[in-house]
Amino acid sequence: MALTETDIAFVAKLARLHVTPDQQPALKHELNLVMGLIEQLQSIDTKGIEPLAHPLSVLHDIELRLREDERLATNTIAQRDHLMQNAPATADGLFLVPRVIE
Amino acid sequence: MNWEVVIGLEAHVQLATQSKIFSSSSTQYGATPNTQANEVDMALPGSLPVLNRQAVEHAIRFGLAIGATVSPRSIFARKNYFYPDLPKNYQISQYEIPVVLGGTLPCFVDGKALTFNLTRAHLEEDAGKSIHENFATPDGRPCSGIDLNRSGTPLLEIVSEPEMRSAAQAVAYARALHALVVWLGICDGNMQEGSFRIDANVSVRPKGQAAFGTRTETKNVNSFRFLERAISYEIRRQIELIEDGGKVVQETRLYDADRDETRSMRSKEDAHDYRYFPDPDLPPLIITPAWIAQVKDSMPELPKERRHRFVEDLGLSSEDAAQLCQDRQIAQYFEAVANALPNGQAKLAANWVMGEVAAALNREEKDIDACPLSAGALAKLLARISDGTISNKIAREIFTDMWANSTLDADAIIEAKGLKQISDSSAIGAMVDEVIASQPAIVQEYRAGKQKAFNSLVGQVMKLAKGKANPAQVNDLLKQRLDG
Amino acid sequence: MALFLDQYADIIALRQALDNKQISVKELTQTLLGEIKHHANLNAFVDVQADLSLAQAEIAEQSIACGQAGALTGIPLAHKDIFVTEGWRTTAGSRMLADYRSPFDATVVQALLKAQTVSLGKLSCDEFAMGSGNEHAATGPVRNPWDLDVVPGGSSGGSAAAVAAGLVLGATGTDTGGSVRQPAALSGICGIKPTYGVASRFGMIAYASSLDQAGVMARSAADLALLLDAISGFDPRDATSIETCRAVANAPGRILSDYTRFNNRNNTQPLAGLRIGVPNEYFGDGLNNDVAQAIDQALVVLESLGAKRVSISLPNTALSIPAYYVIAPAEASSNLARYDAVRYGHRTETYTDLADMSARSRTEGFGEEVRKRIMIGTYVLSHGYYDAYYLQAQRVRRLIAQDFQRAFADQCDVIMGPVTPTVAPAIGSLSTDPTAEWLGDIYTLSVNLAGLPGLSVPCGFAPGHRSQPLPVGLQMIGNYFDEGRLLAVAHQFQLVTDWHQRRPGAPT
Repeated sequence: MALTETDIAFVAKLARLHVTPDQQPALKHELNLVMGLIEQLQSIDTKGIEPLAHPLSVLHDIELRLREDERLATNTIAQRDHLMQNAPATADGLFLVPRVIE
Repeated sequence: MNWEVVIGLEAHVQLATQSKIFSSSSTQYGATPNTQANEVDMALPGSLPVLNRQAVEHAIRFGLAIGATVSPRSIFARKNYFYPDLPKNYQISQYEIPVVLGGTLPCFVDGKALTFNLTRAHLEEDAGKSIHENFATPDGRPCSGIDLNRSGTPLLEIVSEPEMRSAAQAVAYARALHALVVWLGICDGNMQEGSFRIDANVSVRPKGQAAFGTRTETKNVNSFRFLERAISYEIRRQIELIEDGGKVVQETRLYDADRDETRSMRSKEDAHDYRYFPDPDLPPLIITPAWIAQVKDSMPELPKERRHRFVEDLGLSSEDAAQLCQDRQIAQYFEAVANALPNGQAKLAANWVMGEVAAALNREEKDIDACPLSAGALAKLLARISDGTISNKIAREIFTDMWANSTLDADAIIEAKGLKQISDSSAIGAMVDEVIASQPAIVQEYRAGKQKAFNSLVGQVMKLAKGKANPAQVNDLLKQRLDG
Repeated sequence: MALFLDQYADIIALRQALDNKQISVKELTQTLLGEIKHHANLNAFVDVQADLSLAQAEIAEQSIACGQAGALTGIPLAHKDIFVTEGWRTTAGSRMLADYRSPFDATVVQALLKAQTVSLGKLSCDEFAMGSGNEHAATGPVRNPWDLDVVPGGSSGGSAAAVAAGLVLGATGTDTGGSVRQPAALSGICGIKPTYGVASRFGMIAYASSLDQAGVMARSAADLALLLDAISGFDPRDATSIETCRAVANAPGRILSDYTRFNNRNNTQPLAGLRIGVPNEYFGDGLNNDVAQAIDQALVVLESLGAKRVSISLPNTALSIPAYYVIAPAEASSNLARYDAVRYGHRTETYTDLADMSARSRTEGFGEEVRKRIMIGTYVLSHGYYDAYYLQAQRVRRLIAQDFQRAFADQCDVIMGPVTPTVAPAIGSLSTDPTAEWLGDIYTLSVNLAGLPGLSVPCGFAPGHRSQPLPVGLQMIGNYFDEGRLLAVAHQFQLVTDWHQRRPGAPT
């Protein structure tokens, strides 16, 4: 299943990545090399085989462990600022982003 | 052209837990921005989700209440899309295998009982909030502020089959669902705070056509009134559009309450490829029959069971039973009053709880748990009506006094104000004679066939008795004297 | 040039010296900080903060003074820059996180802190752990101490180089497709990745969640045992963390207990009764002859200790490459979506709107390899391809895991073979075909797909691209939770060989 330029543009949009027009051909070539490798999987007969999502479930069923419903104390402003210290832009304790029109 | 409307509703119900669905941050409403968001909620590098048991238990409770199948094994999946209020840029939700499947919800539409089918309900995390006022970059470009306090709040997304055929039906379903989740204690039902939000999927088709028309989704409606208006608007808009030769576009819309219209949302991704896949950070959720049985045992009596009981055991009409069972606390209050009265007086209790009590609570914007009259106190008052000591009218006056001063006892007031009903036939007879004698003109009118004249005479007797005469006896005696 | 740590064969030797006050932790730490500076050309370290290291040294010092030192008190190590650390920056080898400061420590880091080790800083890695040569790091390639022109391996290349050079006695790493075992092999040191879920992933910057696992690197199997045991344990903050390993609690002590028990078997020969499965598929055409020979010689040594070689087949081995390169990028594409310049990370200077801001920031912040894998991952999860690619890869994954279970069921106790088809390639020799680099992962990928424990120990040398001798690693793969026995077998091997004691610069 060869990738077209349209596919690449679509995937880039979904992935929030920029691909410039002059980057397109080289990227298309490389991605198609990868897809060629991956194609090998298509010819494998996996009828009746369940996907293995958690590696250890081959050993025994893995169940989701649950947490008791206990709440943490609300953070102080200082604690909050500590957690937000890497934010590129903040105001009044909020993360700032360019406005999204809805 | 005859149009048929097809509506399906998705409700996003915030589950009443102490902590969030995948982190231990508090879920309390109204905190200072971003003070209830830890590294998991902020999706800091290296953070991981851990599921809250209580959220699952609430989902089980809901599933049992609507007679649905609770999945013994369900999977959390990532719904991938970019949005600033979604810190991981994927939402942990459930896709192919949700926690609850099927189920039904009975409601009342215009007095008629209707049952709607549900498709499924699944657990997922809520997003943060965007705040749009007055933020800007130094060079003046408008910004939004993101508050992640709400991000990670547990949600149960409840999806109905597209079976509603009118805005009224949709609202009835929404109300019934709201009442149920509050009844079960799994949601606080506070719509202003966003605890219960509805997305309405609306489409129209020519009557008789089997295929569905193109539907639009109107998101995040947080009041029943707005829901009714949004759906009505959408129906009108779609019909007009089609009749004008246009086509309905499948899109997401928002209801604008100020303009009373829905409009298209421009910002959501046009390419909705969510690339769902099972979340590798969360193994399958297993719900054992033992756990389900345990939740079942701890369930409160369901509204429909209680309604049934009120009808069968207490002799209420199904409408009265339905109305009383909208709110678990009101139903409890009513039942306590009814049980404190002699047999067969449940209707009296129902009338008063739905009437005087409800009106007084509404006037003061109080909930039933703030009612100044205990169930016992009200029952004592109503007992005096049923044993003929006082009339309904007098009882209402006494009620007002008791409401204002909850230390007062019905009997005490009756005694102090001398409100005992006059039931002595000779005394009433004397008053009737007096009125007949003093109102020859009205008597004449009655004899001429005017029923209104009779009521007027009754009124005169009651006036003479200062309202304390037993109305039934007044009626009987007056009739006797007049008809001879 | 002899480094300070060269005088200590292993952790126990240093422990004795510290406890006997032959050297203080502070002096040791200061000396190492100096040597790290002196060896900056290796480019192994990305963040060094003397005051933070010395503060940890102080604590260790006090513990020793009170006679309360544990096995790892005062031992110098460093952390792969994929683990978040308070104090030191965490960059994951990426421009995206160039100045990121984590407000919390990874569980693995906390565990080693609790054990009173001293961290000398953060170690370079391939960007977001994607790579096999540490050439995809934002701070530039790391150099192999055995030959500065060749790669140390990746993605835990900085960790391998630092240990191989003798700058630290141990290092943490992560292994998603071989990224602990492979650099250990190419850099002539020891490295182990435990069973999936034995070490916590909390605080480990996620690449491929169902494959990522923390590991450790050191100079001997005995040292690995101490370090791995310390970082193992159930963590309630990681929902994939294992609570019990075959009815034994996943906690420090379990691995050391198994390790000690196997080492203390009262047998005439230390490996008597051990069946070593040797997969046919690991000795095909792609394997360099000299590497194959070194592996074979190592197996002969193990046989002399009483082990028995058994030929086995892991028929789906080759499929591990396409399966991994569907699953890992898919999970990575989702795990890396959070880097959108909103709450942290690189934010571009000019943009038109939010979507543009995120797209530009990501394109500027992520390197080429990462962007490529995100594109592939996004594609294989997209509508219409999910079943054919992602689900199919997960089904093949089960086939691969079943291959191992069949072998372990009645044919062998451990599986052994090469770690890499060749010795370390020259820096910059990567071809433009992305898949070429990936073919070298063939012996390590299936271990991650199955979630099994695997380690690498030095077993010889083979000629590199200039005919210079470069290290060869022997891979040992165990069944689930068998870390202790694996390490014991490796230890027994090291009792009768000295490959693990060779140092770069000294004659080989």
